[in-house]
Amino acid sequence: MRRATENEQADDAAAAGGGTAVRGHTVSGALRSCGAALRRRFRAGDLGSLPIVLVLATVWIVFQCLNGNFLSPRNLSNISVDIVGTGLIAVGIVFVLLLGELDLSVGSISGLAAAVFAVLNVNNGVPEWLALILAVLTGTAAGAVQGYSCARTRVPAFVLTLAGLLTWNGVMLAVLGTNGTVNLDEHGLVADLTDYYFTNDAVAYCLAAVCAGAVFTFSYLDRRRRTAAGMPHRTLRHIALRTGAIAVVAFVSAYLLNRFQGLPLALLIFLAVVAGLDVLLRHTHYGRQVYALGGGVEAARRASLNVIGIRTAVLAVSGTMAAIGGLFLASRITSVSQTSGSGVLLLNAIAAAVIGGTSLFGGRGTTWSAVLGMLVIQSISSGMAITDTPSAAQLVITGGVLFAAVVIDALSRRSQEARGRA
Amino acid sequence: MPAPPLLALRGVCKRFGAVEVLKDVDLEIHAGQVVALLGDNGAGKSTLVKVISGVAPADKGVIEWEGRAVHIRRPHDARDLGIATVHQDLALCLNLDVVGNLFLGREIRRFGFLDEMAMESRTIELLGRLTRAVPELRAPVVSLSTGQRQTVAIARSLLGDPRVLLLDEPTAALGFEQTTEILDLVDALRDRGMGVLLISHNLGDVKALADRAAVLRLGRNNGFFNVNTVSQEQIIASVTGATDNVPRRGTSYEARW
Ligand SMILES: Nc1ncnc2c1ncn2[C@@H]1O[C@H](COP(=O)(O)OP(=O)(O)OP(=O)(O)O)[C@@H](O)[C@H]1O
Ligand SMILES: [Mg+2]
Repeated sequence: MRRATENEQADDAAAAGGGTAVRGHTVSGALRSCGAALRRRFRAGDLGSLPIVLVLATVWIVFQCLNGNFLSPRNLSNISVDIVGTGLIAVGIVFVLLLGELDLSVGSISGLAAAVFAVLNVNNGVPEWLALILAVLTGTAAGAVQGYSCARTRVPAFVLTLAGLLTWNGVMLAVLGTNGTVNLDEHGLVADLTDYYFTNDAVAYCLAAVCAGAVFTFSYLDRRRRTAAGMPHRTLRHIALRTGAIAVVAFVSAYLLNRFQGLPLALLIFLAVVAGLDVLLRHTHYGRQVYALGGGVEAARRASLNVIGIRTAVLAVSGTMAAIGGLFLASRITSVSQTSGSGVLLLNAIAAAVIGGTSLFGGRGTTWSAVLGMLVIQSISSGMAITDTPSAAQLVITGGVLFAAVVIDALSRRSQEARGRA
Repeated sequence: MPAPPLLALRGVCKRFGAVEVLKDVDLEIHAGQVVALLGDNGAGKSTLVKVISGVAPADKGVIEWEGRAVHIRRPHDARDLGIATVHQDLALCLNLDVVGNLFLGREIRRFGFLDEMAMESRTIELLGRLTRAVPELRAPVVSLSTGQRQTVAIARSLLGDPRVLLLDEPTAALGFEQTTEILDLVDALRDRGMGVLLISHNLGDVKALADRAAVLRLGRNNGFFNVNTVSQEQIIASVTGATDNVPRRGTSYEARW
């Protein structure tokens, strides 16, 4: 057995502080200590988001070489709005995948929610905000019903939600009626969701500063508490480096977005939801239960967790996110039709979560994987459109990336288990 | 009048489908005593532990806590009474790290959020009491060895300051040093007034540590012994059935074939 001091922060402290390996107050020292932490994680079979970031970089470089407009502010801004609808649905999928389950009904639920909104608001004159809330609640209810029956009957969720896929699709057709397509108010609340930009440059920059500041403050406070208690902690250099990296990404994005139309409201909402749910999953009691259930139902049950409650809640979250995503998708085209929520939407949402690094086997992943995965998928599709590549190639390439993601997932799981067996 | 036992089972029955795994089982655990539960593979020892810990509630029979009849229907009930369990299969969440497993279901919170620091420092303290070889705290449990996992499971059971501890073969996968550490720990816990039920196939450990021994055979009681006075041969005879205390059961079991 190894000592507790082997854990990440302690090792960094040893490496960057008075340790024998690395000395000096240099950036390279901090880089090396981060590198050591990463290497240890890789050996443990946890590649984190490194593969996906590499894939994204490759995709961007390749398309930029093929067409100089790919990395233009305009195109990047469009990508950042296009990922939101499906991305929100993928966030819900992440929750379900964490349980080791799959939700096949999210496409239909997103269409249903959009239809509910359109029919209430456009056809029946219900105020937009109320119709919006009711549409989202429709998704929540649909998900909760599926979750509860899945937990009660112990039927795997993918089977039960397959029934949901058909049912909700039928309900949506019934809600829409025979008139087919409903056009939304071009200047309404829902249309604004994907059409509003904060044209004032200051908004994007302030937000970037707030993000970096928040990351720094929380890491610093945590470090101070740990130091006071004599616990292993991150070095200041590690914190500075982390904050620096986040600040660079945030400010570069803000700069690029401002070069086009400013920060899109849709992107702001998406990132806020992802960050909020990430905190919920990783830093609250509720989230810990979700991970635990994904790591072993029997273990969770014996620790007196409420298995039925958690299952229901998770599928309710997935239904809610599907509904919200559906509204963003409707907003993008300002209309709802019988084909809303159908086609490759469901597959893209699942693929995004998996490509982003959430494990299909349950218990591993974060909501940020929805963002990363969607960025890859949308970049490929946008690059294909820009370079006039046939959509056949697009499907094959996205499929290839998904295949690679699944293989990496399975391999990292295997290597973890192999280590444990020793 | 002597104090009632901390935990007493009277006539407990448990069946899985058509199989009657436990039949009219009696058992008493007193404060400050170690009771060894012995029996061959498949005798029903783990099932008895699951009954007491609320994982597989009893079908029939009475469970008394300090002389008062109680119902244990869920793991929650047992935990509220002060019963902690180390299951034979450990029941750990493999994807969570050591700290996450220790505090699963009773996380320490601060402003509504998980207080990782407090949990981590408590974990270090607990594991430090248990063993000199503390595993990596932030690695997922799946990457720990079986022995390390066993240590984690034992640490978890001690977390809520339980009054009765059920240990289902706690040292099966442990090396010599770790086994000694755990047995010393059980000794110390007994001295602090805890009641311990220890399942083990190692008669040497049982002789060294236990005060009393209860033998299960084919799901029934097959004798209670005072470990200090009984010989090892007598215990073995009772475990293997050479001296069936319930001969009727033995014959009827064989008669079915
Ligand atoms: N969930 C279950 N469903 C059906 N039968 C079960 C179940 N759990 C246990 N049994 C049966 O109950 C009997 C007793 O099992 P148990 O695990 O309690 O034995 P044990 O004494 O702990 O054995 P070991 O020493 O191997 O751990 C076995 O015959 C087993 O097949
Ligand atoms: Mg057993």
